[in-house]
Amino acid sequence: MGANTFRRRAAVALVAATALLATTACGGGDAEEASDGPITLTVDVFGQFGYDELYKQYMADNPGVKIVERGTGSNLDEYSPKLTQWLAAGKGAGDVVAIEEGLLVEYKANPGNFVNLLDHGAADLKGNFLEWKWNAGLTADGKQLIGLGTDVGGMAMCYRKDLFAKAGLPTERDAVSKLWPTWQEYIAVGEKFTAAKTGASFLDGATNTFNTIVLQTAGNAQGYHYYDTSDNLVVDSNPAVRQAWDTTMDIIDSGLSGKYGSWSEEWVSAFKQAKFATIACPAWMTGVIEGNAGPAGKGQWDIADVPGDGGNWGGSFLAVPKQSKHQAEAIKLAKFLTSTEGQIGAFKAKGPLPSSPQALEDPAIADATNAYFSDAPVGKIFAAGAKSLKPVYMGPKNQAVRTEVENAVRTVDLGQRNPDQGWTDAVNNAKKAAAK
Amino acid sequence: MSVQLDARPPVAAVPPVRPDRTIRLSRIDTKWSPYLYIAPFFLLFAIFGAYPLAYTLWVSLHDWDLLGSNPAFVGAENYTRLLADPDFWHSVVNTLGIFVISTVPQLLAALWLANMLNRQLRARTGWRMAVLVPNVTSTAAVAIVFGVLFGREFGMINWLLDLVGLDGVDWKSNRVASWVAISTMVDWRWTGYNALIFLAAMQAIPRDLYESAAIDGANRARQFWSITVPLLRPTIIFAVIISTIGGLQLFTEPRLFHSGTNAIRGGPMRESQTVTMYMFENAFAPYYNFGYGSAVAWLLFLLIAVVAAVNVLIIRRLGGGAGKGDPR
Repeated sequence: MGANTFRRRAAVALVAATALLATTACGGGDAEEASDGPITLTVDVFGQFGYDELYKQYMADNPGVKIVERGTGSNLDEYSPKLTQWLAAGKGAGDVVAIEEGLLVEYKANPGNFVNLLDHGAADLKGNFLEWKWNAGLTADGKQLIGLGTDVGGMAMCYRKDLFAKAGLPTERDAVSKLWPTWQEYIAVGEKFTAAKTGASFLDGATNTFNTIVLQTAGNAQGYHYYDTSDNLVVDSNPAVRQAWDTTMDIIDSGLSGKYGSWSEEWVSAFKQAKFATIACPAWMTGVIEGNAGPAGKGQWDIADVPGDGGNWGGSFLAVPKQSKHQAEAIKLAKFLTSTEGQIGAFKAKGPLPSSPQALEDPAIADATNAYFSDAPVGKIFAAGAKSLKPVYMGPKNQAVRTEVENAVRTVDLGQRNPDQGWTDAVNNAKKAAAK
Repeated sequence: MSVQLDARPPVAAVPPVRPDRTIRLSRIDTKWSPYLYIAPFFLLFAIFGAYPLAYTLWVSLHDWDLLGSNPAFVGAENYTRLLADPDFWHSVVNTLGIFVISTVPQLLAALWLANMLNRQLRARTGWRMAVLVPNVTSTAAVAIVFGVLFGREFGMINWLLDLVGLDGVDWKSNRVASWVAISTMVDWRWTGYNALIFLAAMQAIPRDLYESAAIDGANRARQFWSITVPLLRPTIIFAVIISTIGGLQLFTEPRLFHSGTNAIRGGPMRESQTVTMYMFENAFAPYYNFGYGSAVAWLLFLLIAVVAAVNVLIIRRLGGGAGKGDPR
């Protein structure tokens, strides 16, 4: 073999190797760090977790640690496939990752991807969390703790005072709460609002409202919605689901919906242009509203009780993937962020309601008001019901099934299907999704 | 080496050793060097093309949960299920629909544009560069802007329709309307690119052909159809195949056209969900069924091969009349 050929081969190999390196480097992360320098911990989140101040404090207390947050403000739909890919690839995930409760079930099915926090002294922390929140982080056999709870999604109804005034409705929050003890009365108020022709719809879109109602109805009944606690799909036979469906159909039928698809560009524009008057409002939604409606909406929004009785929507967990290069430091950070102090800090910043009973009782929460929402006593409104929250069990393909059912709601909302066709779609597509 | 030489009959030891060796080396060189020159491509293709292709095939024969371990071998089950899956065929129809609505006008417009740019224009280079500008814009930016333009309530297109007294269209949940909207952004992006490719080929056509045609009394249109188009045939075939591959793999535009929860469905009733989006929906969120998603990928590969072959046949047939005498 001539020297030239050898050189050529070497060049080829070099090109290939460089290309490979370039691709793997895209996986990101902080693999190439010097071992003795300060370490960087990456935290992956979606939406608004409100951790900025907490990071600053943690970095000041732990000089060897630098924290980078990724995914702030992103949609859960964008975040979860990315996280799954990182886990599947064994590379790319942050050192601490946020997991939403509806997706946690799927991650729990493959617990090997995560560090067992029970092996790292987490068992002592049990008393820091509402019991059901703690249990939700455990695998079915109770031997592995995947995630520490961050927040719970206590429910309320957010509304725009200016639009209510325009429609001749009361604007003061206690008076508004009294308008709608039940969803039927909420619909009646909506009809009155619509009749006043303010140019805005009564609510944003049917899917968010449906999800609120179904979680509330199911929580108050048998404690499960799409799957029963033995993981059988019960979309078509669970009266709670059907009842929520029927109420939602009444809402659509009365013309109350603005038909804005949740988290779409139009939805965000509708916030900015004050195109709807109410939105079902789990605690974490207050941060979303503030972000979407912007400074112009300050003082226009207020918070009243949710129609019906209580309910929980959402809430997340922090987990440490096994692929993390700095597991011990990551666990320490996750413990700090989910501590009573951490949860209070997050609540003050962006409104996610603590899952720690101590935090919920803390005066910092109980007396908290939210300036954006006309100084509404958010602590009182959300924390009051939080300790008695009735959680809803989520089965293995919860996310896929929920998607199908909500999608069926959306087709009726847009007038593409009538309620009967929509229900048939919901049931059939949910079955199909569960079987996939 | 010398051993071998000694074994030769010592009759004519006149030709020196050196030249003989050089000849052999140079023979090896002429024989193998071309392969070495093209080797880098094939090596990279093997790593980044062939291997993923084969691996995808392997995955598609398994019940492969993205996060799970020990995937079970299921043979062709993913394929049989997929062939009976109405949502898959729905996405195939969407893809072909968007492909036809976008590609046909796009290539015709590109041809026309190239013809215009091939004339004596003022600031010719400026114009030629200008048509490429949409192509340099990031697809994501284009898709987001168009997604907003085609909004149901706050979109500019519906506002314009309203100005002329027409009803607004729900571009995102009306099947044909969403195809048209997505085709618009594809065309906006790719027409100029194809025009430049056609233009380059047009400039290779000898001027004297046009001159003699002009002397024979052929007008511009006649020259275009009888000289330009037939001589562009190889380029047109190239453009058609490239557009086919791109068009059938359409993902970013329809994905970003829809926003909000579950945009990967391409509308509440999958109005504009393309095959690649369906693949993504199955392989990633919310199903994480990697095996099924891989089966979609393979069927898409076959679909592209079939459509590309059909296109080539059609183009051959169309240009056939004028190109028969062409020795090429």
